Amino acid sequence: MKLPFKVNNKSKELEILPNETLLHVLRNNNFTEVKCGCNEGECGSCTVLLDGKPVNSCQVLAMSVQEKEITTVKGIGTLYTPHLLQKSFVEAGADQCGFCSPGMVLASYSLLKENPKPTREEILVALDGNLCRCTGYVKIVDAVEMTAQKLQTNNLEME
Amino acid sequence: MFKYVNQPIEKIDGLALVTGEEKYTDDFSFNNMLYVSVMHSGYAYAKIIDIDDSEARKMHGVVEILSYKNVNQILYTTAGQGYPEPSPYDTILFGKTMRFVGDNVCAVAAESKEIADEALKKIKVTYKELKPILNLKKSEGSSIIIHKDDGAFPKIPVFYDAKKNIASKVEANVGDFDSAFKKSSRKIELDFYCSYGSHCAIEPHASVSYLDVRGRLVIISTTQVPFHVRRIVSHVAEIPVSKIRVIKPRLGGGFGGKQEILLEPIVALMTWRTKRPAKLVYSRREVFKSTRCRHEYQTKVSVGYEADGKINALHLDALENAGGYGSHALTVLANAGSKTLPLLNKIENLRFTGMGVYTNLPVGGAYRGYGATESYPAYAQAIDMVCEDCGLDIVEYYKKWCIKSGETSAIFQALGEGKEGVAMTIGSTSLVECLDEGAKLSDWYEKIKLYGPNSDFNKGKRLKRGIGMVAMMQGSAIPEIDMASAYIKMNDDGSFNLNVGATDLGTGSDTVLAQIASEVLDTPVESFIVYSSDTDFTPFDTGAYASSTTYLSGQAVRKCAEEIKKQILKVGAEMLSLSIDEVESNDSRVTAKENIKEEVSFAEICQYSLYQKNQFQIQATASHISPKSPPPFAVHFIEIEVDTFTGIIKVLNYTATVDCGTPINPVTAEGQVEGAIVNGLSYALFENYYFSPHGKMLNDTFGKYGVYTAFDIPPMKVKLIKSYEETGPYGAKSISEININGALPGIANAFYNATGKRLHSGPFAPEYVLTVLSAK
Repeated sequence: MKLPFKVNNKSKELEILPNETLLHVLRNNNFTEVKCGCNEGECGSCTVLLDGKPVNSCQVLAMSVQEKEITTVKGIGTLYTPHLLQKSFVEAGADQCGFCSPGMVLASYSLLKENPKPTREEILVALDGNLCRCTGYVKIVDAVEMTAQKLQTNNLEME
Repeated sequence: MFKYVNQPIEKIDGLALVTGEEKYTDDFSFNNMLYVSVMHSGYAYAKIIDIDDSEARKMHGVVEILSYKNVNQILYTTAGQGYPEPSPYDTILFGKTMRFVGDNVCAVAAESKEIADEALKKIKVTYKELKPILNLKKSEGSSIIIHKDDGAFPKIPVFYDAKKNIASKVEANVGDFDSAFKKSSRKIELDFYCSYGSHCAIEPHASVSYLDVRGRLVIISTTQVPFHVRRIVSHVAEIPVSKIRVIKPRLGGGFGGKQEILLEPIVALMTWRTKRPAKLVYSRREVFKSTRCRHEYQTKVSVGYEADGKINALHLDALENAGGYGSHALTVLANAGSKTLPLLNKIENLRFTGMGVYTNLPVGGAYRGYGATESYPAYAQAIDMVCEDCGLDIVEYYKKWCIKSGETSAIFQALGEGKEGVAMTIGSTSLVECLDEGAKLSDWYEKIKLYGPNSDFNKGKRLKRGIGMVAMMQGSAIPEIDMASAYIKMNDDGSFNLNVGATDLGTGSDTVLAQIASEVLDTPVESFIVYSSDTDFTPFDTGAYASSTTYLSGQAVRKCAEEIKKQILKVGAEMLSLSIDEVESNDSRVTAKENIKEEVSFAEICQYSLYQKNQFQIQATASHISPKSPPPFAVHFIEIEVDTFTGIIKVLNYTATVDCGTPINPVTAEGQVEGAIVNGLSYALFENYYFSPHGKMLNDTFGKYGVYTAFDIPPMKVKLIKSYEETGPYGAKSISEININGALPGIANAFYNATGKRLHSGPFAPEYVLTVLSAK
C-alpha cells in the first residue's frame, strides 16, 4: 500500500508494508543513501533524523513515524548543493569507503545543531553509535571540528 | 617538487560519498529480480544424507533452489588469488559435507526475501553428524579427517596432506639455527596466541546479477578482485569467461574480507538458470559466521643470543588454524615469516616453520596484515626481552640491527607465495628516522625512565603505566606474480579517460591513480575521468590485495601516462612545426622549449589529432609487474595504563611513524594509518570469536563482537616520514596493511614495562589480563 510520509521537507507517498522498518521502506522507495550495515541497531549506517534527532532507522517501525519529519543525508545537502559539514568531511579526509558517511554526517549534523561548539570529547560521545572501520574516526572528528570552526569564523548559524 | 603527487587532493568520489549519491552493490535493483537466501550449516561437521525441498518448491513465489542435488560438485578455492591459486582446491559451492557452522547447505531464489527465508524453513535436511575437530592443536594427524575422499588437491606443487589435516606447510632455513642456538650463551622462548578476528567492513557482502540484452551474465559485487571473480565464477558455474562481466561499484570496505569468491557463484547460477536478475545480501550474522576471518594462530619464537645483545639464531614457528577450508592457508603462513624475519637482517641463522591445519571452525582468509599481524606479537616481544635482558635500549637496538638501504635478507628468496621467493635488495627506507622521530614524539626516553614495574611511579599502585614499542615491515605487492594495467585515452577538451582494473575499496585509489597520471601529464586531477573495476571496460588487474594498488597499479598508470605524453608531444610538435625534442609539456599545454609563448593546448592537440590531420586516437595501455616487493616500515610507540584491579588496559597515547616512500596523497595515506591502528587496537583489546562447545560462533553481532567506536580511540600521533622508492610511482610504496600489526606487540611490551609480566594471548581482555597479573 502507499502512505504519505514527510521526507527531506517534501511530502512523499511511499510504498509500504505494515510491518516494515523505516530503513526498508526508505531503501525500497529509492532512498538508497540510507545504508544497511547490520539491521540490528548496532552500526548506525541507517541513521536518519526524526524531527531532527538521530535514530537507527532499522529499529523504527515505519508506520509509527508518519507524522514526523524524516531527514536523510540528502536532506541536509546534495551533490549539487552540499552542506558545509559534507564539504568538511571531504576536506578532512573523513570519507574513505563512505558507507558509514551518511550516518556519520547526520549524527554530526544533529550534534552541531544542538551544540555548535562541541569539545572533542562531546564529538566522540555523539558519534559513539556510528561504526566506521576505515578511518579510525580521527578524520571524522576532525571534520566535525573543522565545521564548527568554520561556523564560528564566518559567524554562521548551523542550517 | 611534485605538483599533483604528494598533495592532499580531495577524493574524486568524496562529495558523492558524503551526500549519499554513490551506489554500492545493494543499491542496485532490477525489474523482475529474485531474492536469494542461503541455508548455512548448524553443524560443525556433518554429512548431508538428504535434502527434501519438495515443500519449499510448492510455495508460491519460490523459483529456484540450489543444493548438491542439482549443482555440479566442482572443487575450487574461494580465495580470490592469481591463477593457479596457491590455496588448495577443497571447496564445493553446495557440497554434501558440512565442515563448519556456516558452511553452505542450499540456497533459495524467490520473488521476495521473505518468501526465500520462509522457504528455507520448509527444506528438510537430514544430516549425519560427525565428531568435529574444534581445537587447532588437536588437528594434525587426528583420526578425524576433515577432507576425506573429497578429492581436495593443491593446484600448485606444494606440500599438502589432507589425510593428516594439513592444509599448508612452509619451512625456510637460513644458516644453521640448531647449532647456533645451542652455542648461544643466552636463550629465550616465547609463545603467543592470536584469536580469530572479523574484518567488519561496515558494508556486508552482497552480489546482484542479471543477463544483459545479449544474454551475457553481469555480476555487480562487493569484491576486491573483479577479475578473479570472473575466472572463478566461470569455473564453478560453468559459464564461459566471455559470457561474464563483473563490476565492482563503490565498496564499503574490504580489508581482505572481500577477496573471496563466496556469493558471486550463487547469484550467477540463479540468474543463469532462471534468466532473471538475482540479489543476495548477507546479514551481519552471516558475514561473521559464513564468510572469512583472520586465522587463529599459535606462534613461538626461540632466540639464542649473547650478553651484548647479538642474536645468533632465531626460530619462528607458526601453527595456523585454516578452519574448514584452506583459503589463503599457505600464503598467510608464508607471510608470517617473510614479513617479520628480514627486519633484523643481520641475524645469521634464521628458521621459519609453519603449518596450517584444517579444523571444523570458521574459515580463515586474507585479512589486512596477512600473517604479519599474527607473527609480530611473539617476534617483537622476543626482541624486547633480549634488550631487557642485556640492558639495551630497544630503539637503539633496532637502529643498529635493522635492515638498511642496499642490504638484503636471505629470507626474501627463501620464502615466497607458494613457491620460492624473490631475492631483493632494500632500496628506500627511513626506518632509522622513524625510530628516532617516534621516540621523540612519544617522549620515549623520559617515559621509559619514569615507568617500569619497580619504579616509584608504579610500585604499589593500582594503576600502573608503561610504554612499549615495535618496529615493523610489510611488503608492496607480490613480486613477479601480481600484474596491473591501465588504459588512457584523450578527449576533445583535453580531458582523459583513465580506465584501471585496480579496485578502490574506499581507500581512495581512484584518486591516487589519477594524481599519478596528473603528475606525468602535468594536467589537473579534474581532467581525469576515472573508471575502475569493470571486467568489460577496464584492463586486467589482479585486484586490491597484498598492499599493491598504489605501488603496482600506480606504476602501470605512470607508464601508460608516459606513453600518452609521448603521443601528445608528437602531435604538439607537429602543430608547432618543431621536432619532438624541441617541445615540452607544461601545464596542460605543449610549449616550445625555446619560447614558452609558442604553445598549443591539450584541447587543441586532441582536436587536431581527432579531426584535422594525420588523425588518430591518442590512447595507450600499459601493464606492470614488479621484480620486488619493497617493504614499507613503521614504528609504533604505545603508552598504556593497566588497572590491576579490573584488568582493563587503557591506551593513553599512540604514536606511529611510517615510511611509505612518497605518500601520493598524504591525507588518504594518514587515513590508512589511523584506520589500521584503530582496527589493530580493537583486535588487540577485545575482538575475538567465542564458540559454543559445538563450534558455533556465539558473538555474531557488532555489539557482542565489540568493534571500536569513536569513543574508544586514544590520542594518536601519526607522522609519515618520506623515503623514495625508485621502483614505485614517484617513489611510493604501500601503506594499507602494515599499521594494523603494531597494537598487539606494542601493548604487550608496554604491559611488561608497567607490570613486569609478559602477555601470551590476544585479545588482552580484562579476564585474561587479570589471570596474567595474578599468576606467580
